[in-house]
Amino acid sequence: MIKKFDKKDEESGSGSNPFQHLEKSAVLQEARIFNETPINPRRCLHILTKIIYLLNQGEHFGTTEATEAFFAMTRLFQSNDQTLRRMCYLTIKEMANISEDVIIVTSSLTKDMTGKEDVYRGPAIRALCRITDTTMLQAIERYMKQAIVDKVPSVSSSALVSSLHMVKMSYDVVKRWVNEAQEAASSDNIMVQYHALGLLYHLRKNDRLAVTKMLNKFTKSGLKSPFAYCMLIRIASKLLDETEGGHDSPLFDFIESCLRNKNEMVVYEAASAIVHMPNCTARELAPAVSVLQLFCSSPKAALRYAAVRTLNKVAMKHPSAVTACNLDLENLITDSNRSIATLAITTLLKTGSESSVDRLMKQISSFVSEISDEFKVVVVQAISALCQKYPRKHSVMMNFLSNMLRDDGGFEYKRAIVDCIISIIEENPESKETGLAHLCEFIEDCEHTVLATKILHLLGKEGPRTPQPSKYIRFIFNRVVLESEAVRAAAVSALAKFGAQNDDLLPSVLVLMQRCMMDSDDEVRDRATFYMNVLQQKQKALNAAYIFNGLSVSIPGLEKSLHQYTLEPTEKPFDMKSVPLATTPITDHKSDITPVSSSKLPDKLTPSRQDIYQEQLAAIPDFQGLGPLFKSSEQVQLTEAETEYVVRCVKHTFAGHMVFQFDCTNTLNDQLLQKVVVQMEPSESYEVVTYIPASSLPYSQPGSCYTLVRLPEDDPTAVSCTFSCTMKYLVKDCDPNTGEPDDDGYDDEYVLEDLEVTVADHIQKVLKANFGAAWEEVGDEFEKEETFALASVRTLDEAVGNIISFLGMQPCERSDKVPENKNSHVLFLAGVFRGGHDMLVRARLALADGVTMQVTVRSGEETVVDVILASVG
Amino acid sequence: MLLVMEPSLYTVKALFILDNDGNRLLSKYYDRELYPSIKEQKNFERNVFNKTHKADNEIAFVEGMTVVYKSSIDLFFYVVGSAQENELMLVSVLSCLFESLSQILRKNVERRCLLDNMEGVFLIVDEIIDGGVILESDPQQVLQKVNYRADESPLSEQSVAQHITEKLALTTNVLQSAKEQIKWSILK
Repeated sequence: MIKKFDKKDEESGSGSNPFQHLEKSAVLQEARIFNETPINPRRCLHILTKIIYLLNQGEHFGTTEATEAFFAMTRLFQSNDQTLRRMCYLTIKEMANISEDVIIVTSSLTKDMTGKEDVYRGPAIRALCRITDTTMLQAIERYMKQAIVDKVPSVSSSALVSSLHMVKMSYDVVKRWVNEAQEAASSDNIMVQYHALGLLYHLRKNDRLAVTKMLNKFTKSGLKSPFAYCMLIRIASKLLDETEGGHDSPLFDFIESCLRNKNEMVVYEAASAIVHMPNCTARELAPAVSVLQLFCSSPKAALRYAAVRTLNKVAMKHPSAVTACNLDLENLITDSNRSIATLAITTLLKTGSESSVDRLMKQISSFVSEISDEFKVVVVQAISALCQKYPRKHSVMMNFLSNMLRDDGGFEYKRAIVDCIISIIEENPESKETGLAHLCEFIEDCEHTVLATKILHLLGKEGPRTPQPSKYIRFIFNRVVLESEAVRAAAVSALAKFGAQNDDLLPSVLVLMQRCMMDSDDEVRDRATFYMNVLQQKQKALNAAYIFNGLSVSIPGLEKSLHQYTLEPTEKPFDMKSVPLATTPITDHKSDITPVSSSKLPDKLTPSRQDIYQEQLAAIPDFQGLGPLFKSSEQVQLTEAETEYVVRCVKHTFAGHMVFQFDCTNTLNDQLLQKVVVQMEPSESYEVVTYIPASSLPYSQPGSCYTLVRLPEDDPTAVSCTFSCTMKYLVKDCDPNTGEPDDDGYDDEYVLEDLEVTVADHIQKVLKANFGAAWEEVGDEFEKEETFALASVRTLDEAVGNIISFLGMQPCERSDKVPENKNSHVLFLAGVFRGGHDMLVRARLALADGVTMQVTVRSGEETVVDVILASVG
Repeated sequence: MLLVMEPSLYTVKALFILDNDGNRLLSKYYDRELYPSIKEQKNFERNVFNKTHKADNEIAFVEGMTVVYKSSIDLFFYVVGSAQENELMLVSVLSCLFESLSQILRKNVERRCLLDNMEGVFLIVDEIIDGGVILESDPQQVLQKVNYRADESPLSEQSVAQHITEKLALTTNVLQSAKEQIKWSILK
C-alpha cells in the first residue's frame, strides 16, 4: 500500500497528501472491486478509507452513487478481516443519511451485535442504532435490553449511549429500558457507570421526585468515574436551582464534599457549580474560591484558564471574595497564554482598589494588540463595569477607550467600545463633551454602518444641548458628503435636531438641508424635504412631534396594519392609533460580562413578545373585533411553586376589553384534564363575556385557556379590579406509563390566587427621547397638579421605583436614576393610555422625613388625567 | 449565562485535525445546529487555526466556544466544547486522542504517518466519541477496542505474490547460470 503512495510522492515531493487528488468518480469506480471474489481485504479497506475521507472533506455524494457504493459495500460483510469490518460500520454511519435503503444491513449488524466476537459487538450496536427508526426499534428491543446489561463494558456502553441518542426519536420505547440502565449503573466499569447515569437522568429529568431519589442513591453509594461525578454535580445543582432549596440541603453538602475529590476535573466542576449558584453567600463561596486559587498556579494551561475564568465570574458578584487571590492573579498577568492574562487582569480590575486602576490599565494596553477580539470585548466590558464603580476615573478610561477605538478590530469589538463610551456619557454628564469628541473622530473613518448611524443618532440627541452645538455640525455634514445611503439619512435626521433645538443655527441648517435635497438617494431626499418643511414652520409642537420624538408604534405591527389597509380599499385615511404600540424592552438586555459575546445576533427585526401574542390572539375567532392589542402584562403566578397544577396569567388589554390568558401545566402524570376553564368573579363592575376552555391538558404539556372581560364603559376611572379565580375542569385518571386515560371522568375545581388589574395594565410605556419638547407639545390644556405625602418611603430611589412600577410608565431623560446625596429629584414619565391618548407625568420629589411628591399630569384627554390622579391618591 | 447548565452527556461539540497549513485532515461536528454547512465549518476551522497555530497555549476561546488543542510536528489536534463546558473534560478527550494516535503511529505523530494510517485514525476517533458523548477516555482501552496495527512491513497479498515471483525469477536465473557454467565446464 505504501509503495503505491511512494510513486505519487516522487512526483509531487515528499510530505504530500496521498488523498490530495482523489477524484470521487475514480474512487467510486474502484469500489467495483468490492464485488470481486475472493475479497481482497487490504484493497477494499483502502477504498473505504478513501470514501470516508472524501465524505469528511465535505465532498457531496449523490443519492444514486452513494446507494450504489453502499450496496457494494454490504458484500464486504463476507470477509472476516477485523479492520475491514470496523470500517464497514463507519461507512454505514457516515452514509446513513445519504444513501437509500440503509436498513438492508440490519440483519448483518444484528448478527454481529449478538455474535461471539466482542470486538464487533459494541461498534455494531452503534451502527445499527444509527440506521434504526422507531418502527424497527421494537424489533431489536430485546437485543438492546440484553446489551445494556452485558458484562462486556464496551457492549454495555455502546448500548447505553445509542439509547441516549434515540431518546429524542423514540422516548416511549427507550423509557422501557430504565430497569436495565439502573442495573448498568452499578457496573464496576467507570464509563458504563457514567453512560448509565446519563441515560437514567435523561429518561427521568421531568420527574423531580425520581431524580432526587436517584441522586440520593448515587451520592451515598459513591461512584468511581470522575465523569459520572461531574454529571452528578450538574444534576444536583440544577435540582438545587429549581427547588430553590437552601444551601443547608444535603445536595449542597454533596457538591461541597466534591471539592475534596482527588480528581481535578471533579473538584473544578464542584467549584464552578458553587460559583454559579444564585445568591451564594461569601462564606459558602470561600472553599470554592480557595481551590480555584490553587489551580491558578497549575502547570496545565487549561486548568489555569478554567480557574481564572471562573474567578472572573465570582468577581462580578462578589469582588471581595476574590481579593484573597489577588496575588495569584497578579502572577498570571504575564502568562504566555494571553487569554489567561486578559482574564486575570479583568478580574483584578473588578477586585482591585481605585488606586490600582491606572497601573492595570497601563498593563493591558501593553498587550491589547496581541489578544483576540473576543477577549478585547471582555476588557472593554470590564472597563465599562469599572466606570460605574469609580465614576471619577472616567477620564483615564475615556482616554484608553479612544485609543482602542483607533486600533484595528472587528465589528463586535468596536461596538463594545462605542456602547461603553455611550454609557459613560450617560452616567457622567461632565464626560459628555470629551466622549462626543472621540465618537466624532471615530465616525470620520468608520466602516461599520450600524455604528455610524448609532453615533449620529446620539449626536442628534445630545449635541444640540451642549454649550457649543455648532462644532458638531461639521462632523455630521461630512457624513452627508462622504458616506453610504443609510449613514447619510441618519446624518440628515441628526442635522434636523440641531435646527429644531437651536434657533441661531436654524438658518445654516436650512441651507445644508437644501443641499441634501439634491441627494441621489430617495430616502435621504425624502427626509431632507420633510425636515425642511417642518423646520420652516418654526412651531415647537411640530418639532417635538416630528423631529425629537419619532413614531412609537411597533414596526411589525405597522407593517401588518398597512398591509391590511391596502387590502381593503376605503375612503377613510389610515389611523395611526389602530397600530399596536412598540413595547420598550422591560429587562435591560445588557449581556453578562463574560467572554461569551453572542456573535450570531439575529440581524432581522424579531417580532416582540407582544407581536407574538397579538398573532396568537387574532387566531381565536371570539377575539376578533377587539381591535389591536394594546398591552400584554408580564406573567403572574396564580399558584404556589410545587403544586399539582401550575397556572400563570398574562393580562392582555384592548381598547374596551381585557383578555386573560391562563397558561396551565398539569404536573400529575396519572391525570388528564379536559375542558379547563378559569372562572373569574370580578369585584367591580367588570363583566365576564366568554370563557374559552383548553380542550385537553395532558401531563406536563402546557395549554392555554382564555377569559374575555368587558371593561366598564360608563365609568372610565374604574381602572383597578380584583378577580377571584377558580380553575374548573374534568379529570380523567390515566396510566402514568402509557398516558392512556380512563373513559369516565369527574368534575373538579381548584382555587387559584386572586388576580389584580391595576392602572399599569391600562398604560403602555413610550419613550420620549426629548421629554421637554413632548411636554410642550401636549400643552397645558388638561394639566392637573396635586401633592402627596409618601410617608412609608425612606429614600428617593425607593420612591422613584415605586412610582414607575405603580404607573407602568416609561422614565425619560434617565430621570429614573437619582444622583447621590440629593434631597430633591424630578422624575419624568411618559406613556399612552388605553385608547391611544398620550400622557406625561412630571413628579417632583423632595426628601424630608418621608418623601413629598408633587405630581403634574398632562394629556390630550381630560379623563386620563383624572384617572391617574385618582389612582395615585 | 448564569443559568445552570442542563446536565447532559453531550460534551464534545466538534473535533478536528488540521495540518500545518490549516487544511482539514479529519473533522467531526457532533452538534448539528453548530456550523451546519461545510462552508461554516471550514470558516470556523480557519478561524481557530489562525488564533492557535502561532503559540502552543493549550486552550483558546473562539467564536464563543472553548477550544483545547495540541500540536505535534506538522499536525494540530482540536477538541471543541461549549463555553460552559468543563475544560478539563475536553482536555481528557484531547489527551486520550493524542496518546492513542501516538501509540498506533509508534510515536511518529506527523502528517505523513497519520495519512498512511487514516483508517486507524477514523476508528480511534469513533471509539473515543460517539455523537458528542465521551465513549472512552483511557487510551489503553481505546487501543484494545480498535485493535489496529499500523503498517510496518507493507506486505499485501499482492506484494507477497510479487515477492515470490521475483524470488522465483531470481532462483531460475541462478539455476540457469549454474546450468550454463556446468555446461561450459563439461564442454571444456
